[in-house]
Amino acid sequence: MLNQGITEIAAALASGAYSSVELTQAYLDQIDRHNPDLNAYITVTAEQALGQAKAADAARAQGKAGPFTGVPYAHKDIFCTQGVKTSCASRMLDKFIAPYDATVTERLHAAGGVMLGKTNMDEFAMGSSNETSWYGPVKNPWNRTLVPGGSSGGSAAAVAGHLAPAATATDTGGSIRQPASFCGLTGVKPTYGRVSRWGMIAFASSLDQAGVLTHSAEDAAIMLQLMSGFDPKDSTSVDLPVPDYRATLNQPLKGLRIGLPKQHFAEGLSPEVEVQIRNALREYEKLGATLHEVDLANSHLSVAAYYVIAPAEASANLSRYDGVRFGHRCEKPVDLDDLYKRSRAEGFGTEVKRRIMVGTYALSAGYYDAYYIKAQKVRRLIKNDFTRAFEQVDVIMGPTSPHTAFPIGSKTQDPVKMYLEDIYTIAVNLAGLPGMSIPAGLVNGLPVGLQIVGRDFDEARLLNVAHMFQQATDWHKRTPGAQP
Amino acid sequence: MAIDMKDVSNIAHLARLQLSEAEQQEALNSITNILKVIDGMQALDTSGVEPLAHANDAASQRLRPDEVTEPNQREQVLALAPSADRGLFLVPKVLE
Repeated sequence: MLNQGITEIAAALASGAYSSVELTQAYLDQIDRHNPDLNAYITVTAEQALGQAKAADAARAQGKAGPFTGVPYAHKDIFCTQGVKTSCASRMLDKFIAPYDATVTERLHAAGGVMLGKTNMDEFAMGSSNETSWYGPVKNPWNRTLVPGGSSGGSAAAVAGHLAPAATATDTGGSIRQPASFCGLTGVKPTYGRVSRWGMIAFASSLDQAGVLTHSAEDAAIMLQLMSGFDPKDSTSVDLPVPDYRATLNQPLKGLRIGLPKQHFAEGLSPEVEVQIRNALREYEKLGATLHEVDLANSHLSVAAYYVIAPAEASANLSRYDGVRFGHRCEKPVDLDDLYKRSRAEGFGTEVKRRIMVGTYALSAGYYDAYYIKAQKVRRLIKNDFTRAFEQVDVIMGPTSPHTAFPIGSKTQDPVKMYLEDIYTIAVNLAGLPGMSIPAGLVNGLPVGLQIVGRDFDEARLLNVAHMFQQATDWHKRTPGAQP
Repeated sequence: MAIDMKDVSNIAHLARLQLSEAEQQEALNSITNILKVIDGMQALDTSGVEPLAHANDAASQRLRPDEVTEPNQREQVLALAPSADRGLFLVPKVLE
């Protein structure tokens, strides 16, 4: 039962094949066995999980069960969970017990979900390999010498390693899609404003968005349905109805127009990955779709614009960690400035400090126009490229990452190299569009992800396009332990 | 645009980060490399382009009615403080 996704689990729970308590206990045993090596979870909430499972079984016995009742999941440690440590993988918040639940937490619990624990991640979601965590790197279940991707690396490793059937995640520049690609999972980053950010610890507020990592598009549809929708507590939450995502999963793809950005099939893309992506596109042609080249002319500047905007917003957001109200405080401060400076120096890791520095510089007097305003203008041009492309096509596809998972430690000395990891995913956040990654092949036994990008609030179509591919292929069913 | 050690020390102060000399040197090297990537933007002509601060900039941010919606969590919030006493956050002496 540990190889199942949400859809199969919901059916098994409904038929009485096993109870939520039995399933939850099986996952907790599995976590006990494998988490010490994988390091996917920072905190395991065994007691609370069994309590939720028991309540879910009781609700089911009374005929009050929905599609997520009693389903275990792993929760990224960026979402506040009342009474449970919420660390954002930072020493700064190592002792922070959240006083309230994030909206996402609240909704998943209200739907009967069983939280197994809080997953490891890059510190404050700043990283593409899960190596910046205060709690140490996460290993990729497909090959434990490799990174799982980041920043949602713990969530991805938990699902791929069968330490949870599904997980929450967040994506500021690729942090759901790239780990999905590296770990052979389905990952969805919804449109900016679709899922409430309330109680989700802020990195870059104009880019951050919550989503999911699952085994299939159908699983993702179930979870996103529960997470999506207007929240008055988030001023950027959008008040639009949420369509029934599962209702349109099986719509035929005949006539679907797929755009292929020529910039995403250029130098830098591994030839072996390209072969897998082209094979997947042929599969889509068999399903009735047509392929069209599109031009994202300014996409080569997306990393540059992102590494001004995201650090600038981060430097402002992270100014709240002052050693006074919550979080780490240094020993024996001599004055207020010493308190701030040493608490922050001790509480933050190298990459977080680096980004705070870059952001502070970009926002400082004399550089604001040259960096921050310039980056916002480039952001406009990048968004315009997408708007034009979507006049000709329904979805845009390409590789999620230029290559498969890389060895732990191989890029930590060179931040720029690490930043270029997100070259195909970052522009999607700048434009606020929904994007996903689905398993589309293997190279040397390692998963390759196909990125699918849609129009604003077109998650239903993305899920439909992904689901139909998953009906025709079985890449999403390949697991680290079960390769043919 | 190039930065030097004086800039690094100034930025660290603005960001309230205490950095050792070695950390400042590392910051100088890595920020210099990051700025090289960022400066790639300068070649693009963006005159007349309106800056985009937010992905859905067409929608203005909502205002809510001016009503109290938050419960009083004073005790829970103070319990998280590294140092608090009689309902106050404690910091080193600011005024002589």
